[in-house]
Amino acid sequence: MSEATVLGGQEVVGVGRIEGPIMVVEGAANVSYDEVVEIQDSKGNLRRGRVLEVGEGVAVVQVFAGSTGLSIDGTRVRFLGATLHMPVAEEMLGRIFDGLGTPIDGGPEPLTDVYRDVNGQPINPTARIYPRDYIQTGISTIDGVNTLLRGQKLPLFSGAGMPHDQLAAQIVRQATLGRVAGAPQTEGEEFAIVFAAMGVKNDVADYFRKSFTESGALTRVAMFLNLADDPPVERIVTPRAALTLAEYLAYDLGKHVLVVLTDMTNYGEALRQISNVRGEVPSRKGYPGYLYSDLASLYERTGRIRTSQGSITQIPILTMPNDDMTHPMPDLTGYITEGQIVLGRELYYAGVYPPVTVLPSLSRLMKDGIGKGRTRDDHPRWGAQLYAGYAKTQDIRALASVIGEEELSEVDQKYLKFGRAFEREFVNQAFTENRTIERTLEIGWKLLSMLPKGELTRVTLDEIKQYYKGDDASS
Amino acid sequence: MANEVGKITWISGPVVRARGSRHVGMLELVEVGEDRLVGEVIGLKGDQMTVQVYEETAGMQTGAPIYGTGLPLSVELGPGLMQSIYDGVQRPLPLIEQAVGSFITRGARFDPISREKKWKYTPKANVGDEVKGGTILGVAMETDTFEHRVMVHPDDKGALTWVAPAGEYTVNDTIAKIKTGKEEKSVTMLQRWPVRRPRPFVQRRGANIPLITGQRILDTFFPVAKGGAAGIPGPFGSGKTVTQHSIAKWADAEVIVYIGCGERGNEMTEVLQEFPHLVDPRSGRPLMERTVLIANTSNMPVAAREASIYTGITIAEYYRDMGYHVALMADSTSRWAEALREVSGRLEEMPAEEGYPAYLAGRLAEFYERAGYVENLNGSQGSVSVVGAVSPPGGDFSEPVTQHTKRFIRCFWALDKSLASARHFPAINWLDSYSEYIEDVANWWREKTGKDWLGMRTKAMELLSEEARLSQIVKLVGPDALPYAERMVLETSRLIREGILQQNATDSVDAYSSVEKQIRLLELVLYFHERGMAIVKRGAPINLIHDLPVVDTIIRAKSSVTNEEIDKLDDIQKMIDQQMGQLDAEYR
Ligand SMILES: Nc1ncnc2c1ncn2[C@@H]1O[C@H](COP(=O)(O)OP(=O)(O)OP(=O)(O)O)[C@@H](O)[C@H]1O
Ligand SMILES: [Mg+2]
Repeated sequence: MSEATVLGGQEVVGVGRIEGPIMVVEGAANVSYDEVVEIQDSKGNLRRGRVLEVGEGVAVVQVFAGSTGLSIDGTRVRFLGATLHMPVAEEMLGRIFDGLGTPIDGGPEPLTDVYRDVNGQPINPTARIYPRDYIQTGISTIDGVNTLLRGQKLPLFSGAGMPHDQLAAQIVRQATLGRVAGAPQTEGEEFAIVFAAMGVKNDVADYFRKSFTESGALTRVAMFLNLADDPPVERIVTPRAALTLAEYLAYDLGKHVLVVLTDMTNYGEALRQISNVRGEVPSRKGYPGYLYSDLASLYERTGRIRTSQGSITQIPILTMPNDDMTHPMPDLTGYITEGQIVLGRELYYAGVYPPVTVLPSLSRLMKDGIGKGRTRDDHPRWGAQLYAGYAKTQDIRALASVIGEEELSEVDQKYLKFGRAFEREFVNQAFTENRTIERTLEIGWKLLSMLPKGELTRVTLDEIKQYYKGDDASS
Repeated sequence: MANEVGKITWISGPVVRARGSRHVGMLELVEVGEDRLVGEVIGLKGDQMTVQVYEETAGMQTGAPIYGTGLPLSVELGPGLMQSIYDGVQRPLPLIEQAVGSFITRGARFDPISREKKWKYTPKANVGDEVKGGTILGVAMETDTFEHRVMVHPDDKGALTWVAPAGEYTVNDTIAKIKTGKEEKSVTMLQRWPVRRPRPFVQRRGANIPLITGQRILDTFFPVAKGGAAGIPGPFGSGKTVTQHSIAKWADAEVIVYIGCGERGNEMTEVLQEFPHLVDPRSGRPLMERTVLIANTSNMPVAAREASIYTGITIAEYYRDMGYHVALMADSTSRWAEALREVSGRLEEMPAEEGYPAYLAGRLAEFYERAGYVENLNGSQGSVSVVGAVSPPGGDFSEPVTQHTKRFIRCFWALDKSLASARHFPAINWLDSYSEYIEDVANWWREKTGKDWLGMRTKAMELLSEEARLSQIVKLVGPDALPYAERMVLETSRLIREGILQQNATDSVDAYSSVEKQIRLLELVLYFHERGMAIVKRGAPINLIHDLPVVDTIIRAKSSVTNEEIDKLDDIQKMIDQQMGQLDAEYR
């Protein structure tokens, strides 16, 4: 094993061991933890990697493109002496990159001398601004009962085959800065969009590209694509590259950035694979014990800071294996994000779009972005009431399936009607339908008016007086 | 100052190994690499030492030096802690922001407690006094109203040879001199204490005063005593953080230590932005003035997350030693346990359950043991109450952290996903939760309110468990099959659930319920039950009760009647009398 120091770093020829995407390199001195390496195979092709562990004269290297074609003797490894950095520039909007941030649209490398570490750095909690401005997505199940705020991380929990891509595309297309109900729609500043694909099929990426093109957004979108047939290990870097650009756009240039990450489940699998190859002690389902911290290092790169006008809002998409929300990926995601929008099979099969199951969905930040002076005064209680009503419907449905609908009390029968109408008129909306906040509130009140007044204990009596349209005169 | 004690031979994330262990001690604080990152020696073997590093190690090289300090990982204690926000190893986050901007970079180091700020100090001891650990030398006004009692370090004792006159002093100024044997020692308002070592006290006292939180399901149903330990486990989104924030806001403790341990940045920002504007209902002062925050969010270095719990509880004990009641919140202990697991994994230790190290239970026990109502070294009494959130994977309470925690706490607030989905908040399941302090605090309630809290609570719990049983039947055959008396149980239980257990943390009136309001609401609902039961037993149909307008009034009382106007609840009782009276007359 010979050693030579070449321009920009020391080079080692030959490696000690190769196992999956992991390579053990011996004979290098002063290697830094997390340093980037450049690997040349015997044919002269280059690929990149990253140092996962260093000992004296030994480095464990993760090869992004995988180790296929690398040989023990013929491989040259050059240690570049720095952690993984990437160039960032405004002109990256409108461009397409691979999973490591290299242009793949035939265009040139971005012209800039600003390079950023893809790992980013934690935002100091004292530097944050708590999110308060809501984003109108035009989708009732979001704006009405799971309101999204600028600077929030709100994932879509979905399952294979469900229309999460459409929903994400609709959100991206319709998102504008929210306004108080009744106020005129102002020409809001448009969102810059950073899109990262991890292990998804080419047609998914195409779908988004087409959708961005049709809505005229393409010039505001930067796409980072690691597709299903791209090297899995690269997926570890893809969201980091995307977020590094997003941070530059938001915090250096003051833009409002919407980040869509899909599919985080594939990301998790890549992480699991590396962990298994390294023989780490697994926690649940073979995922490494640091999965939570690792995901947090991505999701927490969301928010607003005091020194910038901009914001980063994240919409990660996860397909839940077996639709199981307790699977480590959705589970740990839910523990980090500020709520979740859950898509459900039942509604999907019933032909409801978007099939958002309202009960397990939640926006934690909603309370801070709605109500008086933000949407409308009654909004928080109206939302609570709709939820309570729909939750009750579920119990009554269960009962009806046992004793039969006819046996239900009059009030319970009203709940059943309410529940059906809720799914058909409130949840269900066209892919092209962009509802104003007024419209969403109006539909909700129309539905609540199907119930007796006495059932509406979450809203105030004044609100009932003002908005209730039912013919119930009883209480 | 620190001198070189070894050279790094191996790096993996937050764990590094180095050669040269003869010069350092176990748990010694060390500085790692040229950037002098903070680390702690967690293993010694032969000439190898293992160090956990509290900052990001990316870019660090083998061969880099390690410097010893001769000290264990410690916190600084003194005036200025209050209203601070620190990371897990007590680095002041506002100063880091000032120095390096919005993102936390490595190697930024500042004094946790300002050396420049002057405090208004009044001595309380005299020259010639024999003093020992804990003796109060004087008081510094830490806020306009909060008295910081400056104490002799627990390890010191002797005779006072000099005391500073009243005046303004920094924490570096000598405020007294103590003579021990031949030596004279200058004392300042600043002390250090190793975080992993509990601060000493004389003895534990029985915990029989409740920590009043203003949360009805806690105070009325599952009370924790001052000096007690409670666990609040729950799946994501079930309300651990909201409940802990509510306790931090409204608990009748004099000092709050809130540890955001591996959780969200925005949640800490929320506290930082909200607490200065909220007023303590007892002192009338901004809540921030009694609060110390430790924020080691999920994206901050994992080893510092492990330390954050100890940093927090040491600060809590320090205020306890002054004779204060302190409530400590840790959100979430599971993230702390995961930090242990991560470091343990990198050390290639033998894992026990789910990859956690075998010493997980021991560490949890040590932490919860630091809660207590104690007689302090200076004779005063103080307490540290601990509320730990637990985040079980998949919401499954059979996992190791929840299970071990259960062994060391006496109060279990079980959050329930299905209640949360139905927007029943706090989503604390009244059938799965328990408190072992109920008997202990019953006397306090009797003396404080003059009412039979224990009896009423028992009655309400009976109704709720009866409801659970009846609901099973209703699920199978519908409610109509039940006799009216049983349906009356369902009616009252609904009132308990919606009118008492449910409490909206975001509603300005409902967020905090005084003890008087709590017991009065309970009394009202039970009174409703008693009257209603008498009537349905005489054959009145249950819907007549169900449709009484007062039902809605009772459910709304929690947010329509403020703590200042509980007399209005008497009016509601009159409404019950009047409306039930009519039915009573009809069915006599
Ligand atoms: N007492 C309450 N009043 C009103 N809303 C509540 C209450 N408790 C919980 N919530 C609602 O539930 C949401 C989730 O609560 P919270 O953030 O406390 O969950 P958590 O258990 O801490 O979750 P995680 O483990 O992910 O941190 C809140 O954003 C709020 O909408
Ligand atoms: Mg929480």
